[in-house]
This record gives sequence, structure tokens and C-alpha cells, in this order.
Amino acid sequence: MVKKGEWVRIHKNILEPEERAPQVPDDTKACPLEMWDKGFLTADAELGREAEIETVTGRHETGTLTETEPYYDHDFGRCIPELLEIDRQVREMVFGGEEK
Amino acid sequence: MTKASDYASVMARRPEIMLKSVGIDYSKFESGSIAFDYEKMMKETGYTLEEMQEIQYGVNVGRTPVLELKNLTALARKCAPEGKGARIFIKDEAANPSGSFKARRAANAVYHAKRLGYRGVIAATSGNYGAAVASQAAIAGLKCIIVQECYDSEGKGQPEIIEKARKCEALGAEVVQLTVGPELFYKFLLLLEETGYFNASLYTPFGIGGVETLGYEISTQFRERFGRDPDVVVCTQAGGGNLTGTARGLKKAGAKSKVIGASVDLSGLHMASDRDFNLKSFTTGHTGFGVPFSNWPDRSDVPRSAARPLRYMDRYVTITQGDVFYMTECLATLEGMEKGPAGNTSLAAAFALSQEYDRDALMVVQETEYTGAGKHVQPQLSFARSNGIDVHFGDPKDEVPGKNIVLPSHPSLIKATDVDLDHMRRSLIKTAMKTYGVADPVQKDIEFLAEETMKDADWVKQVIDELK
Repeated sequence: MVKKGEWVRIHKNILEPEERAPQVPDDTKACPLEMWDKGFLTADAELGREAEIETVTGRHETGTLTETEPYYDHDFGRCIPELLEIDRQVREMVFGGEEK
Repeated sequence: MTKASDYASVMARRPEIMLKSVGIDYSKFESGSIAFDYEKMMKETGYTLEEMQEIQYGVNVGRTPVLELKNLTALARKCAPEGKGARIFIKDEAANPSGSFKARRAANAVYHAKRLGYRGVIAATSGNYGAAVASQAAIAGLKCIIVQECYDSEGKGQPEIIEKARKCEALGAEVVQLTVGPELFYKFLLLLEETGYFNASLYTPFGIGGVETLGYEISTQFRERFGRDPDVVVCTQAGGGNLTGTARGLKKAGAKSKVIGASVDLSGLHMASDRDFNLKSFTTGHTGFGVPFSNWPDRSDVPRSAARPLRYMDRYVTITQGDVFYMTECLATLEGMEKGPAGNTSLAAAFALSQEYDRDALMVVQETEYTGAGKHVQPQLSFARSNGIDVHFGDPKDEVPGKNIVLPSHPSLIKATDVDLDHMRRSLIKTAMKTYGVADPVQKDIEFLAEETMKDADWVKQVIDELK
């Protein structure tokens, strides 16, 4: 049970595949148009079930409750060793006295 | 009574929703044929340069520094023919409150919204403009909703866009995130209708006019420092507003600098394709926007776009994803600064272009943007690798967007590839005739198309004859 007032994320399909715009390419048309939004739960709700939120602008949206206190999981990624090679190459060219 | 919310019904209400949310009656500027009065639209619905400066400087936007990249210039000269290699500068627009030049566009749009009494603003954007509108709305005390195209059908997000969502939320905005598809515009219209907020479109006269201060500042700063304007201004080209506004500002300063547009080559990838969405490593500043928005500016979210790049672009070049990543790393390792991908697109182009000019020429890349988790060379290349993109050293001319990213094995392999501007101009004329159903453009249309394409009336007439 997630309590009323908690900061959550919801999901819903806003256009089903058959409702999509005519100009959309086939691979996209095979999928629904999905939406995510965040806000405060307006009533106690269960994860994976229908819920209503009030967003920071005061709008109300409904959808499936997917996450509480949502996590930003983007990061700086794994090391790309090639970047270190670029560093060595251009520092050598600018400061290493390489002849053209 | 509840209005119908199916796709066709909402799109049919577009004109009335737009009129209410932008507050501009575009019909006033129409001729009834192909031509419309662009300058009248810019004048009557925008602000003067002085007013825009006052608006922007009042909210800590603008007056960003110009930085000389001496080590990068030295590297370019190592790759250039004897005596060649223009001095390369950047206008450090990342110093704006929201971290990019888009703060200039947003400052004007939000000021205008507040003046007209709107309670909030909405923008449909996955890029820096969202953060800029959120930032300006925060300063103005207005509510803000940003609508983003963010995920593919597997729920995998573009790291750069997820970061932008985080930033918008950090600045107090509601972020509505969607999967791939042009129906983003459908949700955008529904939100405008529901909230009655202002449409802070990127393409209104206030939005584009907001960038004029950037071009004007460049001229002023170069005159103060070097006693003359820069020879070349390189602009990353996507929707066209950056280039249009900068060029207009340069003209207002009386500068005769060459304006060169640069985009990342993403040819072959479909912008509305769910499958292609995460195969690209750039979410803007690429040919997927840069070419269609030049060929036909009136594809935007307003009836007549104020961004009309073919009117101002002296030259248009493309650069590869691998080139931009390489140059981003050079900026860090040679100049000691990390900047985001949008400005580094024109920087990579400038690196190649500078080698065509004499050493005393001044070349300025007119923007930088902030960098951070998700929008940085390392997570972008990591993401590409995790999506099966083959990242390797080689000759960037072998890069195939969506398949590989070729990091140049030597900086001399970074080349700016010219786009055929006459071809784009012909395409614009063709689309204009088709869109307005005009087989025989009248004199007024011909003059308009000449301005649209930076050509003379005879050239336009010849193209029209060829199209007949």
C-alpha cells in the first residue's frame, strides 16, 4: 500500500496502436503511445494498480502506479578506453613537439 | 460538455487552441497565397533588440563570455595547410542560468506569457529549451509543463533526455514523458486546452527574437576585443531558431560575418521510428531536424515559424557523430573544459572549417551547453555500445548512423561535408507551391521566395519553370 500524498510515478497508454496518427512509420504504429508523469498520490493506492496523482502544476492525471519516490538512474556510463587514447594523441600533437 | 479527445478531433481543434495559447493572429500576416509578411510578423509581435536585452539581462540571461580555444586552434593548425587555421572561439552560452543559449528564447517567451496574464507555460521539447522554460518560469513564478519524447516502446530512455527531465523537474516543472511519435503534439494540444497555459513555442517571434541578442553580443564583444567582427560564425542547426536569431542579431549590429550552419549527419535514421530512436547518439543538432526545418520551416507547432534558416545560411555543413565525440574529448583534454553535445557539433565543424581560413581569421562557435550525467561523451558512447553500435577508430567517412560510430583515428580526418543549399532551396520552393496549391506564383510570391532562399527573383522564376 502506498499512502496518499507520496511522490510517485504513473504510466498509461494515451493512444492504442489503432488510434495512432496516419503518418507514423509501421514499427512505431505497432506500439501504443505511452505516457509517464509524476505527482502526489491523491488517495492510498497499490503498486501496479490504477491511481490518481496531483502534479506540481495542480493537474490531476490517472494511470498505473509504477514507482514511489522515483529514481533517476541515468549516469556517466562505463569507461570508454578510446577516449584515453584521444587524450594521449592530441596532447602529444599540441605539446609533444610532433612535426607535421 | 467534454470535448472529444481522439487524435483526429484534437488535431482538428489545433487552430483555435493555437490562437488561444500563443495570442498571435497569424492570419494578419498572410497574403492569401505563398507569401506572408515575415518582417511585419517579427516587428508587430516581437520586441525590439533593446527591449529584449533589458528582459534578458534582468533575469541573468546573456552577456556570456567569449573564450579563445588556443590549444584547439593549435591542433587545427597541425592538420591544416601551411599558413591556414583560423583562431577558434566559443561563446560560452552554458553560462546562462539553465545552461544553454535557449535561456534567451525562454526569457522572452515567459516574459511575454506573464505580461499577457497567463498562469503557466507549456513547451513541447526534449532538449535544452525545456530546461530553459522551466528556469525562466521558476524566476517568473509561473507554472510550467514540459512535454518530452523520451522512451522507446521497451521503456528505454535516451540518457540525454532523461537528464533533461531531471533538470526540468529540479527547476519546478511538471514533465510529461512520452514514447516515440509525432503524436506528442496531440498530448501537447490537450494540455494547452486543459490548462489554458501559454504555448512557449520555440518558433514564435519572441522565441527567435530572443536569440538576436546573442548575435548582437558576438559582434559587440569582437569589436571591443579585436576591433572587428568575426569572419565566420558557426551555428549548430536543428529547428533553425539558433541560426536565424543569431544571424538577425549580427545584421542588426551591422556585422557581415559569414554564417555557417552545422548538423550531425544522421541520414538513414527515421526520426519517428521506434526502432531507430535509441540507435542515435544525438537528440538534436542533427540532420533529422536541420534539413527538414530548413527545407520547410512551417512544419513547426505554430502556423508560421519565425525560424527561417535558409534566409540567413551562407553555407551548411554536416559532421559525423564520431567527429563530435572526438572534439568533445579534445575540448576536455586540451582546453580543460567539459561541454555538452549541441555546441560541440558546431565546434567539430569549426575545427575542420578553420583549416580553410588564414591564421588571422576569427571564427566563433556561437554556443556551448552544460554537460552532466547522460549528456556527456562517456555515457553517450556507453549507451551506443549497449545498443549494439560498433564504436571504433577509423575514418569518419565510413560512419553509418545507427550502425557504427567511427572516432577519427587522427584529427586531420575530421571533415565538414557541404550540403547542397541550392537543392534545399528548390525543395522549399516546391513545398511552398504544393502546400498552398499555387501552380503560378504571383510576383509577390516570387519576391517572398527569393527572400526565403537568399536568391534573386530570376533564380526563383527559373526553379518555378523547371517545376512546372
